[in-house]
Amino acid sequence: MTGETSGAVVGVDVGGTFTDLVELDPSTGRVRLAKVASTLDNQAHGVLDALREAGCDLPKLGLIVHGTTTTTNAVLERKLSKTGLITTQGFRDVLELGRRTRPQAYGMKGDFTPLIPRNLRLEVPERMDASGAALIPLDEDALIAAGHQLIAEGCESLVIHFLHAYANPAHEQRAAEILRAIWPNDHITMGHALLSESREFERGVTAAVNASVQPLLDRYIRRLTEHLAKGGYQGEVLVMNGNGGMVSAARVAQEAAKTVMSGPASGVMAAAYTGRRAGQGNLITYDMGGTSTDVALIRGAEPTVSNEIELEYAMPIHVPMVDVRTVGAGGGSIARVTPAGLLEVGPQSAGATPGPICYGRGGERPTISDANLLLGRLDPAGLNAVEGGVSLEHVRDIFARDLGAPLGLEATAAAAAVIRVANTKMAGAIRMVSVSLGADPRDFALFAFGGAGPLHATALARELSIPRVLVPARPGITNALGCVVADLRHDFVTTLNTPLHRLDPADLHRVFAGQATEGEALIARENIEIRTIRRLYSVDMQFQGQTHLLRVPLDRPDVDADTLQQLFEAAYFKRFHVALDDIRANLVNANCSVIGARAELDLSALIDPAQRKQTLDEAMLTRRPVWFAEGDAGGGWHDTPVYWRDHLPEGFTLTGPAIVQQMDTTLLIEPGDHASGDADGNIIVQIGAAA
Amino acid sequence: MSLDPITLSVIQAGLQQVCDEMDLSFSRAAFSPVIAEANDRSDGIYAAKDGALIAQGAGGLPVFVGTMQESTRILVERIEQGITPAPQPGDIYIVNDPYLGGTHLMDVRFAMPFYRDGGLYCWLSNTGHWPDTGGSVPGGFSASATAVEQEGLRLPPVRLFKQGEMDSEIYAIICSNIRVADQRIGDVKAQAAALLVGEARLNELMDRYGDDTVSEAIEELRRRAAIQMRAFIADIPEGSYCATAWIDSDGVVNEPLEIALRVTRRGETLSFDFTGSSAPCAGPMNSVRATTLSAVYLAMRHIFPEVPMSAGAFEPLEVTGIEGTFLDAHYPRPVSGCAAEVSQRIAEAVFAALVAPLPDRVTAAPAGTSGNFALGGHDPERGRDFVMYQISGGGYGGNADHDGLSNGCSTIGISKAPPVEIMEQAFPVLYHRYALHEGSGGAGFHRGGFGLDYEVELRRGDARASFVMDHGRTGPQGVLGGGDGAVNRVTVWRDGVAYTPPHLSKDQDIPLAPGDRVHVRTPGGGGYGAPLTRPPEAVRYDVEMGRYTPAQAAEMFGVALTGTPPVVDAAETARLRRR
Repeated sequence: MTGETSGAVVGVDVGGTFTDLVELDPSTGRVRLAKVASTLDNQAHGVLDALREAGCDLPKLGLIVHGTTTTTNAVLERKLSKTGLITTQGFRDVLELGRRTRPQAYGMKGDFTPLIPRNLRLEVPERMDASGAALIPLDEDALIAAGHQLIAEGCESLVIHFLHAYANPAHEQRAAEILRAIWPNDHITMGHALLSESREFERGVTAAVNASVQPLLDRYIRRLTEHLAKGGYQGEVLVMNGNGGMVSAARVAQEAAKTVMSGPASGVMAAAYTGRRAGQGNLITYDMGGTSTDVALIRGAEPTVSNEIELEYAMPIHVPMVDVRTVGAGGGSIARVTPAGLLEVGPQSAGATPGPICYGRGGERPTISDANLLLGRLDPAGLNAVEGGVSLEHVRDIFARDLGAPLGLEATAAAAAVIRVANTKMAGAIRMVSVSLGADPRDFALFAFGGAGPLHATALARELSIPRVLVPARPGITNALGCVVADLRHDFVTTLNTPLHRLDPADLHRVFAGQATEGEALIARENIEIRTIRRLYSVDMQFQGQTHLLRVPLDRPDVDADTLQQLFEAAYFKRFHVALDDIRANLVNANCSVIGARAELDLSALIDPAQRKQTLDEAMLTRRPVWFAEGDAGGGWHDTPVYWRDHLPEGFTLTGPAIVQQMDTTLLIEPGDHASGDADGNIIVQIGAAA
Repeated sequence: MSLDPITLSVIQAGLQQVCDEMDLSFSRAAFSPVIAEANDRSDGIYAAKDGALIAQGAGGLPVFVGTMQESTRILVERIEQGITPAPQPGDIYIVNDPYLGGTHLMDVRFAMPFYRDGGLYCWLSNTGHWPDTGGSVPGGFSASATAVEQEGLRLPPVRLFKQGEMDSEIYAIICSNIRVADQRIGDVKAQAAALLVGEARLNELMDRYGDDTVSEAIEELRRRAAIQMRAFIADIPEGSYCATAWIDSDGVVNEPLEIALRVTRRGETLSFDFTGSSAPCAGPMNSVRATTLSAVYLAMRHIFPEVPMSAGAFEPLEVTGIEGTFLDAHYPRPVSGCAAEVSQRIAEAVFAALVAPLPDRVTAAPAGTSGNFALGGHDPERGRDFVMYQISGGGYGGNADHDGLSNGCSTIGISKAPPVEIMEQAFPVLYHRYALHEGSGGAGFHRGGFGLDYEVELRRGDARASFVMDHGRTGPQGVLGGGDGAVNRVTVWRDGVAYTPPHLSKDQDIPLAPGDRVHVRTPGGGGYGAPLTRPPEAVRYDVEMGRYTPAQAAEMFGVALTGTPPVVDAAETARLRRR
């Protein structure tokens, strides 16, 4: 809480395709935006391009907050730093063996590449037992020999991962102390350091992810900060973590694994911030892009956080992260008719190349985006901008041939069918996410963003009985906005694993106090102005004998055992409709999140007030026929007004059907829905009865 | 047809959603780790008149893909025959009888009638693996049982819930016959609550689309699943394809059991003729009819995962010749090995028969054993008895796309193995090794995956070790010229002396003292294609990774290597491969 932040705040998020930027100047209220192509070989170039494109004045900027996919991409593509592992004798294959699974329930093919190859996984004699007692002392000569062998192999980063180090880290700490003397750099990760919990595979993978992306992230951040300094920037660079909080660039590489999933997390943080200002604390976020859709749950303006994220098959990263689930389809999902004559949408995707037919990059298979085009939901004029010169007729012919003929439908009906099936599947997937987190979708609003989210949101809300949809002012740059509004955040999990009747509440209170103090100290280290500090407390509980945990939020840390039992039983009954009076409860984890909230930012300028028109008529670009379903059967064309988002008058209201277009997305408002605008430039759509 | 294909797709997704929510509810609320963690359960919707599968949760254990419709069909028959009392709203039947459409006794099925407008519309049913149902050994996997009574309590279909209330008298009988009964109430409530979730969601679906439309859709989906399966069958050239799979022994009589399979594609039907398979056996390696059918169905679903789970998908599949064999055992034959082992060997036979006509889809044989090692004993430090289970994976078969996966789970399961750290927290044991079973992957153009090699020591007290595993005599089969994967090996070190079970992969109640060790090496997967065609660089890499020795590279793949790290000796390799 030292130091001062003044000047404009920049959020810049590097995604797979685009690098997005928002600059907010709290003193003048001015907003600058940019969207440029990502430069994935060196993301810094894209960041600098975006700063240039937006016209940011580097010497005058107060703060840059950065979301990066450097680490996520490195893990998914296994483009990792050469990393060695030193582990307990007998256990070097833990990272390769995993937990004895397969990628899909059906299909006996499967492939898995461990993060560290077997010849770089070395063993040394040492052993702790489960209670933390040393059964075999650490063989320091063998350790040093192993260290030299890995250096000779050219390893840049090192993991030290010993069995039961969560119970007693002494051997890991001693090994790190010895090896720091010979290792050529700072890139040494101890297994217990990021995650001090049992389960050797999950802890080992988390440590291996950290080590194998650390040098990459470190180099990247150094390069970026040097470039920025050269441009005259004098402020702090903060980097988004997957928990939706940020840390300073100087420290981010130490816990590099925490930056995985930072992009999706920042989108969810922006949603929480926007929703809280709009009076919508309970949100299901729905980010539909070209190839996939991300869904997350926000309760009371707090995103759901999980410490059991699995990045892909057999790649668990067990540090607290915003619980973002990838579901269902994207705009590029391909529709086809099965040999049984049923229409299926996805899971295959046309991706970015060749992409949907309407991209004009050679795509020849019908996708969700193409269906939206045929139904008038996407602007057919957009086709003119396409290099390949694709005509609407061409798209229609493919729909008639590939889908219409086998289904006995003409092209428009086939396109409508694709949308209906896709929406049913996406709605089902969203429902499963919310149900698995113990939430009824009807208690939430749908927060739609991403390039394709607002096109499908009203239909999905109707399908899920969600009463309203919230579309932020700038759906295409939500992740960058998340960087601008994010707080400093540190999450702590302490395992107590104690039956409630044996719990001394004072122990729990001590744990909470320790977590809060540590979090506040970490926040104080950063050179960032903080408005308030919030602490969120929760416990993970279960009935004795269960393995699954139920998270119980606490209003205050100083609870007694009776209160915990009552809160748990109530939460359990709400969730499962099962009351188990005779079985005792266990308190497994005590959790505390310490959040340093930054100054409130005014979002009202995200839509330039000067561009707003006085009346809806003035904001209307054109009218065009758009196809809408009516009830569960049939549908038809409606003459539909098309508005330009930036021109909509402040505080407008309108009734569907309508389309709202803006630079990077299109919002579809169905017949019977009521839309209105608020001061932050959000559009809120109240879902009407099915037409 | 009056129903449009789009409404059909939408209702199909809706029915699937109902089942998936039942699965989720069951797992999350269950106490038994076998259900909660290992997902050893399944939930579905079944036809009122014949129990035919309408929809089943995507996350259900594969082995239940066919058993639950058999179980429901038999329940419906018994109600019609007046053997079992007819249902009333709010009733839930419980049944675990293997011979009435089941697997082993531990798989307990619940079935609830679903009513619309006062009439029985369909059945909602689920299966959950209970940790214990009584019998001679904790957990029910007795390797030497010779009658089902030794395996546990057998329940015919009875109404555990009557008009929404649990019958505490029946429950008391169950509790008096099983171990750790106090926690079962949590599982019973979770299993019943999942059915209620299904009831609520199915009612919503039917209210929305109308009962007639949903009925019509169910009928049409069944018809179309059959069409889709027939379309896949049509890709198989007409003719017969034979294969044999072997089970080491039944655990009692030390002789191999044979599964003889002839798959014939005739028109749009695929028939699976098991004539010539071994007679019912004395020990627990018998299968019951429902499990045998299910094993064939799940193998076909591994080959064609695209076909939706519906009774229609099974219609073009015909299973014959099981009468009088150990694949259709009757009371009182012991059956505890049917779900975990015999079913996997049936699937292996299906894979082995169909790999020639479907070489792109079918893999070489996977390890195909659940690798069940149980250790029961007394821990003096904690003053209590314990039962520990170690399940383990093995190598998967090489296939057209790539090498086999290492340490994959059983063919019929999807469950994770417990971490070593959790095992050592809970039980008085110490693992000395948990490693790749080097050299175990069968040779091939794409080699098999590797098995697991672990060694565990009893630290204190006394205990008895039991094993129900397989592939100890012969390794998982290689295909299209590929070599077999390595066999399963069990060695027990007692007082420094090695003991190998006479049945190799099965044994019971081997006494252990502190310091004694159990060493298990699980099978590797079969190889796919001729080993001499594997690129020498791929062989060299495996040797650099220590997965094979240079001697194995020469012997199994005809690749000569020199030095460390190894380098391919091209001339010598050419010479070896010419031979």
